[in-house]
Formats: sequence, structure tokens, C-alpha cells
Amino acid sequence: MVDLKSLVVALPEIELAVANLLFLVAAAVFGRKATRPLGAAAILVFVVAGISLFLPARIGPEGFGAAFGNQFVDDGFARFVKAVVLLASSFSILLSWDFFEKEGQARPEYPVLIVFAVLGMMLMISANDLLSLYVGLELQSLSLYVLAAFNRDDAKSGEAGVKYFVLGAMSSGILLYGLSLLYGFAGSVDFDALSKTLAGRGEPGIVVGVIFVCAALAFKIAAAPFHMWAPDVYEGAPTPVTAFFASAPKVAALALFIRFLFIPVSGVADQWHEILLFLSVASMIWGAFAGLSQTNLKRLLAYSAIANIGYLLVGVIGGREDGVQAVLIYFAIYSLTTLGVFAVILCLRRGGKVIESMSDLQGLSKTNPLLALAMAVLLFSLAGLPPLAGFLGKYFVFLAAVKSGYFELAVTGVIASVVAAFYYLRIVKVMYFDEPSTGFDPVPNWGVRAVVGVSSIALVALTVAPSLLVNGAVSAARHFTGLI
Amino acid sequence: MNGFPILSALTFLPLIGAFAILLLARGSEEAKAKLSQRLALLFSLATLGLAFTMFGAFDPADPGFQMKERHVWIEAFNIAYLNGVDGISVWFVMISALLTPIAILSAIGSIKKRVKEFMVALLVLETMMLGTFTALDLVLFYVFFEGVLIPMFLIIGVWGGEKRTYAAYKFFLYTLLGSVLMLVAIFAMSALAGTTDMTALIGEKFPRHMALWLWLAFFASFAVKTPMWPFHTWLPYAHVEAPTAGSVILAGVLLKMGGYGFIRIAIQMLPEASAYFAPFVVVLSLVAIVYTSLVALAQTDMKKLIAYSSVAHMGFVTLGLFSFTRQGFDGAMMVMLSHTFVAAALFLLVGVVYDRMHTREIARFGGMAANMPRYAAVFMVIMLAAIGLPGTSGFIGEFLSMQGAFLANPNYAVVAALGIIFGAAYMLWLYRRLFYGPLDKSDVRAMKDLTPREIVMFAPLVLLVLWIGIYPSAFRNVFALPMERALVPFDAQVHEAQNG
Repeated sequence: MVDLKSLVVALPEIELAVANLLFLVAAAVFGRKATRPLGAAAILVFVVAGISLFLPARIGPEGFGAAFGNQFVDDGFARFVKAVVLLASSFSILLSWDFFEKEGQARPEYPVLIVFAVLGMMLMISANDLLSLYVGLELQSLSLYVLAAFNRDDAKSGEAGVKYFVLGAMSSGILLYGLSLLYGFAGSVDFDALSKTLAGRGEPGIVVGVIFVCAALAFKIAAAPFHMWAPDVYEGAPTPVTAFFASAPKVAALALFIRFLFIPVSGVADQWHEILLFLSVASMIWGAFAGLSQTNLKRLLAYSAIANIGYLLVGVIGGREDGVQAVLIYFAIYSLTTLGVFAVILCLRRGGKVIESMSDLQGLSKTNPLLALAMAVLLFSLAGLPPLAGFLGKYFVFLAAVKSGYFELAVTGVIASVVAAFYYLRIVKVMYFDEPSTGFDPVPNWGVRAVVGVSSIALVALTVAPSLLVNGAVSAARHFTGLI
Repeated sequence: MNGFPILSALTFLPLIGAFAILLLARGSEEAKAKLSQRLALLFSLATLGLAFTMFGAFDPADPGFQMKERHVWIEAFNIAYLNGVDGISVWFVMISALLTPIAILSAIGSIKKRVKEFMVALLVLETMMLGTFTALDLVLFYVFFEGVLIPMFLIIGVWGGEKRTYAAYKFFLYTLLGSVLMLVAIFAMSALAGTTDMTALIGEKFPRHMALWLWLAFFASFAVKTPMWPFHTWLPYAHVEAPTAGSVILAGVLLKMGGYGFIRIAIQMLPEASAYFAPFVVVLSLVAIVYTSLVALAQTDMKKLIAYSSVAHMGFVTLGLFSFTRQGFDGAMMVMLSHTFVAAALFLLVGVVYDRMHTREIARFGGMAANMPRYAAVFMVIMLAAIGLPGTSGFIGEFLSMQGAFLANPNYAVVAALGIIFGAAYMLWLYRRLFYGPLDKSDVRAMKDLTPREIVMFAPLVLLVLWIGIYPSAFRNVFALPMERALVPFDAQVHEAQNG
């Protein structure tokens, strides 16, 4: 028997699931005509789910609740991350608004797949059990594999889908093996039970299990050295899909990673601590240096994403509340920025094709000054330069590291960020210092432009008045079951 | 005056101007350029007006921070929007506010493409500079300090000379690398002291080994910015490639951020570490004074010559500061003030002939005293000030700074004096090559003397150079008290050393 309380706790997820089943039917009945209405409906559902996330009646006085036999947990942390995911996913749908029509690939499966992926992410974020962790992750991943190959007439897109699927399936296998080891040695799948039974133990089975799960999750967030898929998939996937990959799924997987580290295996922190340290340093350095030689914008952004995951992990390593706050602030800002960058790219078509290469941006400041200005703001923010919001994200993450005594990590991080600054600067240079080549096609619909405008203005506004975001993150971290 | 947030108004007025230009300047290319020039001049002059009002209300008898404002910024992390000025920073605010309209005046003559964007960049830069000097919270300080990089990067890269891309990258990445280390130090200070309020951090005791690391991290940033030998290699490129207005601001104000940082953070917050590293800094300063003067002698490009002379002059600043004597401190401030006006004027002077001849090659000129007497006269005054002739601003600063060094160790002063001799050599030689000799080159002969716009540009600078030279106390009185207070920890150490 399903108790009503569980339904209330999981209300946003239920809304998404029910709505998406309806979408699926509508897609089957109306075919291609339904693409745009379904996109709009998906955004509407995201908004409704976002509102229901914060319904006071649902949250309750203590600020968190469990459902379905403690397999699913709703806490401040989950709510914050889900809000970011929903916002980022809505933006991603806006970004695809007329993209696929222009490519001749408009199909109603797109919004449906996005909603399924988001549902998977929401389950991941709230997973409080090895099983729901796996189910959520797979629901998300399977939708993403299809999305990567969505431009099915394009060989590159197909290649990206296959590559992602094969490597993803491999990592899922490793994940499942790790989970089974943990279950075998601890005798439970429940996170809370695991945190008690695993505490202080160091049998090889548990160590291997933890390592396997960490490796698989590192694959999902594309942390070096498990990042190999990212540049190829980013490059091959249709650009709006890449934008989506770069934002919501990363955020959700990292949230899952954090919950996994902070609850079930918190007692064996000695085992995963150095793994995480290595992942973080390797990602920061590799993301910075390997990005230097890229000329394709999407590949470049893939390396930028790898570097940023490195910074995010810096905040996780300390294992403290301020680190979690910092991570929450960081990835809210990061998602916004990276979506904005992709939106700028999507605004620029030449000969009917969305631009891909850095040199396509030559002289943008002359041909389209406003777009160039927005792009410059976004890139300087990615580089972590004040007075833009990207700086705040980096500031809090590294502050948390220093407060936990990781000076070397902070120094490595800031130096890597200087190296990475070079490739962001290169784009600015191409836009501002070089002479324009041939012009662009007219800028597309309002949806993409709205994302550009909102994200670039928000980055400036967040510096002036960061309180809303910071306070949100602070209260989210305070209501994180991993820290209570 | 009570309750009016004059410092914030001052800081953000240029930014409002930048937005006004962005929104209002429309239409044809020419109309856009005209309007944005006028608006930029108007806003920068209004800012200067506000700066004078602020200066009028400033009380030099109070050694602490005045006109403080505090607003909640990031409550959860205890970071406030906190600003104020004391007798030291008030001067830097004044020079920033003064040099920007002068830079705009020079840009009106020399920047012909994308005028609107240039004016916007200059005004944004002014906000960042004013913010740096008024910020009293380390995070806020860092935000403005780093914020300077973006507009300056664009100014060098978009409006610069041939190798502008290389120069812009070098400037940006070099400075950024220094600054991020400072950022780590800010984290550490914040973690140790639990606050980033600079007024609270002055007087805070840090554990010795931590203080040394902190000092080194801040040093990395300020040494690049000042710049000190051997961290100066970005400067010649940046100066040579930057447009005149960019060079004026770079030499006049941005370099002073390094000196200001040394006073405010290295010396005031970490006095023990400063004393520990003093011999190191002094040696670097002496090398800078002698070596870069020699390098300047060998230059064939006017701007490069002046750029190297800037490094030498900034050497006197760090030499004076790290002698920890009253004379040295006053001398350092005086050198900074004087160098602001002298270097700005020198770059403008180069800009004047560059606009006419499109070259800065010294050998291409000669005999200009004959056909450009006004220009030669202005150049003469400024050149003499750069050498440090008594009666000009250059003298008092270098004299005091050397006296301070002498009190700390007579050998320092001997070496520094060598630098002054070389300095006189390269400046006088430059003057001879430019202005004397036969006027036999036709393009040089065709050049017109200073226009009224250019005279307006130079007048305040020449006036200030002479004013400081003739009556330095007017300037010293304002910063004397806070500087004396900054000296207190060092006097105590000397007493301890004598008694113990």
C-alpha cells in the first residue's frame, strides 16, 4: 500500500511522470505537429514542478522528508539542486526552440526525452538508497544517449550517441558492480543504514566497491581521467543537446555524488578522500591545459566543463557545510553561464549551419556588438574574473578549501584557472581584436535571445546582489541530510 | 555632506556614464563618436568635481578612515560593501579622478575607430580604479583590483599597435597570475581572522609562519603590478602597444595600485613579515633602479624608454617604503604622486608627436625646438621633473626616499644615487635627440605645435609638477598622519632591537 505522505514528498516527480506519459501519447497521436506545443508544455510542467518543490505544505516544519520506505529523500539540498536542474532544463528547451526545425529534425520525442531525463535527475538527486540511485541514473542516462544521437541523419551525431552509449554502459556496469559489493559487505542498500555499518571498515571488498562507484560517478560528471567521452560527445551532439549535457545532468550527477560521499560512505572517508583529491587536481589541470589547443568551440567548452568539475570537487573534498554551500552556489552560476554561452553560439548561423569553430566568431563585436558583449561577459565569468558572478563561485569554493586546510589545492586551482583564462580570452580576442569575415544569418527567435539576455544580465546582477542565491545555498546546505 | 554616500557616488558615477553612452550614443558613426566623447568628458569631469568635494570635506587631522560606508553585501559570508578613505588613499582617488578626463581628452584626438566603445571602456576602468582605492573590504578590494584587467585588456587589444594581441595577453595573464595568489592569501586571512574587513585586519596578529606566506602571496600580486624587477617584463610591451590614453592610465594609476597595496596590505597588515623580507625587496628595488635605467638608455622607441624609466621610478617607491623610516615613507608617497603626473605627461607628449608622425622611433625626430616651441617647453619641464631637478616634483620624492634608504643603510643610497645619474643621462639624451640638432627632416618640420586641446591637457599636469616641487608640504600634510601611524610597528621593533 502506498502511503499518502510519500506521494506528497515526491509530488514534483509524480507531476513530471504523469505529464510525460500524457506527452508521450500526444506525441504518438499528433506526430511532428506536436513538437512546439509539447516543448511549451514541458516548460510549463517544469515551472509547476518547480513551484511544487517549495510548497510549504510539502516541505513541512522540519524541512525534510522521506518517502517510499526511505528510498527517496527530500531535503533542502535536493530542493536547491532540483530547482537548478529545472531551470537549466527549461532553458535547454528554449534553446532548441527552432533549432531542429531548421535542421529538418523536429520531432516530438525531443521534449519527451528531456522530461524523462529530468525525471531521472530528480530521482538521482533524491536517491537515498543504492537501488533508487541506480534506477534514477539509468533513466537519465538512457534518455541522454538517445538525445546525443537525435540528429539521426548526421553521422557525427550518431557517432556521439554510440560512443556515449558504449562508454556509458561500461560505466554503469562498473557502478552496478561497485554497488553490489557494497551491498554484499554491508548487507543493506539504505544510505542511512550503510553509513552506520560501513563506518571505519576497510575490507578490500568495501574499498573496491567505493572505488568502483566513485569511478562510475566520475565518468558521469566527466572528471579527469574519466572524461574521454566528453569532448567527442559535446562536439558530435546537436548544439542544444550539448548545452543540456553541460548543465542539468552534470549538476544532478554531482549532487548524487555528494550525497553518496556524505551519507553511505562518509564513515570510510579515508578510502575515497585521495581519489577525490586526484580527480579534482587532474580535472583542473587537464581541463585547463588540454583546452588550450582546441579550435572547436564545443570541444573547448567540454574541456572548460572538465576544469569546472575540478573546481567543484575542491568544494566537496573538505566535507564541510561551507564546502557544500560553495558547490551549490558554484553550479547554479556555472549552469547559467554555460547555457548562456551555448545560447550565443546558437544565435549565430552562417549558411544555415550553426557555427562550430572559434574563428567563426571573428569580429563579432563589429557585426553584432550586443551579442559579443554578452559573450564577453559570459566568458569572463567562466574565467572567474570579478566583478562577474563566476568569481563568487570560485571564491567560495576555494575559501572552503583553505578553511579545511587545503592550501595546495587552492593554489593549484587558482593557477589552473589562470591557464584556463587564456582560452576564454582567446575567444574574446577573436571577437574583439580580429576583423570580421562574412556576416551571419539573421539571429533566430526570441527563445535563444532570452537565454542570452537572462544569463548575461544575471551574472552581473548576482555580483551586485548575491544574497538571494547565497542565502538559498546556505539554507539548502543547512537542511542537507548528509550534514545533520 | 552628512549621510550622502559620496565615495560610492564617486566610484559609480563613471559606470553610470558608461551606461549612458551605451544607451544614448546612436546614429551615424560620426554622431556616435561625438556624443560619446562629450558624455565621457562630462561624466569624468563630474566625477572630478565630486572628488574635489570629497577632498574638501576630508579632514587631514584624522589619521583614520573617513566617510566610511557599510552595506550588507554577502551577509552569510560576512562580506560587506565597505569603503572609506584615509590620507593615503585620498590621493590615489584624486589622481584617478584627475587622470581620466585627461586621458579622455587625449583619446578625443587620437582614437578614431570605435570611439564609443573606447569611452565606455575608459569609464568602466575609472570605476574600477576608484573602487580599488576606496574599498575597505579585502574581497571588495580584490573585485575592483581584478576588474581593472578586463577594460585594460580590451583597451590594449582593440586599440593598440601592431603586436597588441601579444601585449594584451601578456599584461592580462601576468597580472592575473600574481593576483590569484593574492586571492589565496585573502582566503587564508579570512579563515584566520574570520573577517575581510581591512580596518580590522590592520593590527591583526597572524602567526609568524603564516604571515610570511601571506606576505609572499600579496607580494606576488603587487610586485607584478608595481612592477618590480624582475616581474616587469609585461610593462614595456603593454605600454608600447597601448594607445596613449591607455598608457596614461596604466602608468599614472594602475602601477600605483601596486604601491598602494604594499602600503595598505603588506606594511599595515603584515609589518613583521615586511620587516623580515625588507632586504629582499630593497635589493630588487636597487636592481630595478640601476638596471632598468641602463636598459632605458639603450631604447630606440620613446614609449619603451619611458616604460623602463617607470620601473626605475617605482623602484624608489619600494626602496623608500621598505626602509621603514619616516623619510622613506614620505618619499615613497611623493615619488608615486610625482610619477603619476610625470609619467602621464610623458606618455601624452609621446602621443602628441605619434598622432602627427605615426612613429615613436627616436631617430626619426630632431630639431623640434625650432618648430614646436610650446611642445619643447612642456617637454623640458616634465623631463626635468623626471630627472628629479630641485623645484620639480621629482626631486622631493627621490630625495626623501634616498634619505630613508641612507638611514637604513648608507650603501643603499649610494647605489640608488647611481640610478639617478643614469636617469639624468637617458632623459637628457632623449631631449637632445628630439629637440636639438638640425631640423632637416621634412615630416618633422611639417608638424604643428600644441593645439589648445593639448594645452588644456598638459596645463594641470605641469602645474601640479611645479606645485609639488615648490611646496610639497601641501601634499605631505594630508598623508603624514596615516603614514606615521603605519610606521609605529616598525619603530617599536627598532626600540626592541635597541633595548634588547
